[in-house]
Amino acid sequence: MVDTLTPVLSAHWDTDRAWTLESYTATGGYAALDTAFAMSQDDVISMVKDSGLRGRGGAGFPTGMKWGFIPQGDGKPHYLVVNADESEPGTCKDVPLMMATPHTLVEGVILTCYAIRANHAFIYVRGEVLHVVRRLQRAVQEAYLAGHLGTDIHGSGFDLEVTVHAGAGAYICGEETALLDSLEGRRGQPRLRPPFPAVAGLYAAPTVINNVESIASVPVILRNGADWFASMGTEKSKGMTLYSLSGHVARPGQLEAPLGTTLRRLLDLAGGVRAGHELKFWTPGGSSTPILTAEHLDVPLDYEGVGAAGSMLGTKALQIFDDTTCVVRAVLRWTEFYKHESCGKCTPCREGTWWLVQTLARLERGRGEERDLEMLLDQCDNILGRSFCALADGAVSPITSSIQYFRQEYVDHFEHGGCPFDPAASTLFAPVGAPA
Amino acid sequence: MTVSTGSTDEAGPLDEQTLAELRQVMARYPQARSALLPMLHLLQSVEGRVTARGIEACADLLGISAAEVSGVATFYTMYKRRPVGAYHVGVCTNTLCAVMGGDAIFERLKEHLGVGNDETTPDDGTGETITLEHVECNAACDYAPVVMVNWEFMDNQTPESATRLVDDLRAGREVRSTRGPRVCTWREAERVLAGFPDDRADEGPAAGPASLLGLEIARAHGWSAPPAEHDSGAEGRTGDEGGAAGRTGLDAQTAMGRAPSEGAVVESGAETVGEDAGGQQNPKGGS
Repeated sequence: MVDTLTPVLSAHWDTDRAWTLESYTATGGYAALDTAFAMSQDDVISMVKDSGLRGRGGAGFPTGMKWGFIPQGDGKPHYLVVNADESEPGTCKDVPLMMATPHTLVEGVILTCYAIRANHAFIYVRGEVLHVVRRLQRAVQEAYLAGHLGTDIHGSGFDLEVTVHAGAGAYICGEETALLDSLEGRRGQPRLRPPFPAVAGLYAAPTVINNVESIASVPVILRNGADWFASMGTEKSKGMTLYSLSGHVARPGQLEAPLGTTLRRLLDLAGGVRAGHELKFWTPGGSSTPILTAEHLDVPLDYEGVGAAGSMLGTKALQIFDDTTCVVRAVLRWTEFYKHESCGKCTPCREGTWWLVQTLARLERGRGEERDLEMLLDQCDNILGRSFCALADGAVSPITSSIQYFRQEYVDHFEHGGCPFDPAASTLFAPVGAPA
Repeated sequence: MTVSTGSTDEAGPLDEQTLAELRQVMARYPQARSALLPMLHLLQSVEGRVTARGIEACADLLGISAAEVSGVATFYTMYKRRPVGAYHVGVCTNTLCAVMGGDAIFERLKEHLGVGNDETTPDDGTGETITLEHVECNAACDYAPVVMVNWEFMDNQTPESATRLVDDLRAGREVRSTRGPRVCTWREAERVLAGFPDDRADEGPAAGPASLLGLEIARAHGWSAPPAEHDSGAEGRTGDEGGAAGRTGLDAQTAMGRAPSEGAVVESGAETVGEDAGGQQNPKGGS
């Protein structure tokens, strides 16, 4: 039986100067390089496939399979682009990982590039996390100086350059094709697919784009084996992962557990919902995943379990809201976010998110009526599945799911002539046990 | 109040050092246009905002139109067309932080500083000005409510702590991120984002308390990941100290692999230029 918590990626976050090469090497860091260099590239890909590792950025696509799509012997340069643009509301796992142990990511980058036969990798990190950018720059510098990067790495004949690239503030750049346009020095707007990045990605060359946590999971798979990784988790969702608990919980933070754990278990460990209050709603994987309620406390937090409950595992960003929180206010704020972050490329998203805000704001102010609720759902229906990328699908998720579970609260707003909640009661600095 | 299209500071071309550094950024990439985002960060560090002449300079260097550069500069929220203060204070008002107190913090700071969103406090002669802005989720939700100063984390804020924070900044007192380094100026931060390190990477802890929650609980319960069996493809190699011990040559090398300063990252980056520079003449590259 696997333990309830299984710190692997986070196991050394409290080590003295954990971000340094010296500290990372002392715990076995970079030993996986020679393991990989002794294997063929295809065997490395097979090993990652066998481990069952799936993308930790939200979509859950099998990582090894993605690597396998890169055409071989095509004479073109191949690229790895690490998506370190962590911006999905509620998501806060990659930033602490890169802050504490950036070398885990760098080692994963080297192993991945070896497997997909890429000689240049980019770490696209959002610009709004300055110290993370510093730690990444420093880690890459140290790796060069130690001979883990550059030419003929460890005498293997394999060459690799890594460039740390800071973004400039655009949620949409977390979408992989928008990220590529941004990395090419353009506005971050999604591309039409096909062609997929594996065929025509960065500079129209075959490109793998992976989330930070996915790439950082690779070294330990090489080190401990595919079976070891697959011994954790559930049938189709293998391995350990970082769950991020935030909001109205006694002790918010990062909890690394096998996939398939439950919110009930994690909440118990974190001291439960804020004292004197009850769980009202939560997101399983950021604001783009439909909200869930207390009836979903025992849903297995893996790709299949959360899907069966009508939501998505997403980034495992568990945002907890207690009974003091107005769901209409929460959803309006998320909707304003999507409106602000819509890239403007396609009409349903650009215009649709604007209208969603208008309608929701009216409801939140208590000036709406029953038919506004119907109009809101109709707007959602006209956006979902009709936009260019997944941003707008994410935008309607909190709206439709909140109406599904809390329709009466919307009605209360217009019957009450305004919001029936006191926003002060929801704050961290509210007196304990403040009335809802 | 400075006129946003003011001319005196924009007269004439950029200085030679800035132009040389812009070219240095371009040389990092297989195709030069990829450098545009860090180039704009660098220009902000020099000029305090994206200026008309900065846009022209990027266009000239990259061989694209000023309209294309402008289109990029106006797309990303970190690029500012109006002068930014010495300190950019960003209050997260996305849902979770807003509910946890971000809205109250933002209201208090607007009142305390006497400015609205995306506005800058007047300079009292010290130059310690503050630009206040509400920002979107900054990936620190387990530390909500979060305030960013020049994109450094100030965790678990209250209206009172945030007020003290901006007062300290305006008084020129040293401010440290709650899990990071001494706060630098906004312009200095922009230079780091352009890829010119400032030697502060070693400041601050590895992780804040919330990041270590699971690790602490696991230790208290004696929980850990299953032991490695070293059977599938790893060929008996271990990832622990024992496995690494046989590789003294490499260990000796890595033990010395730490440069006294981060400036060396630019040098090691420069080694990559030779291979990539050809891409600049070949905008389609990849063939």
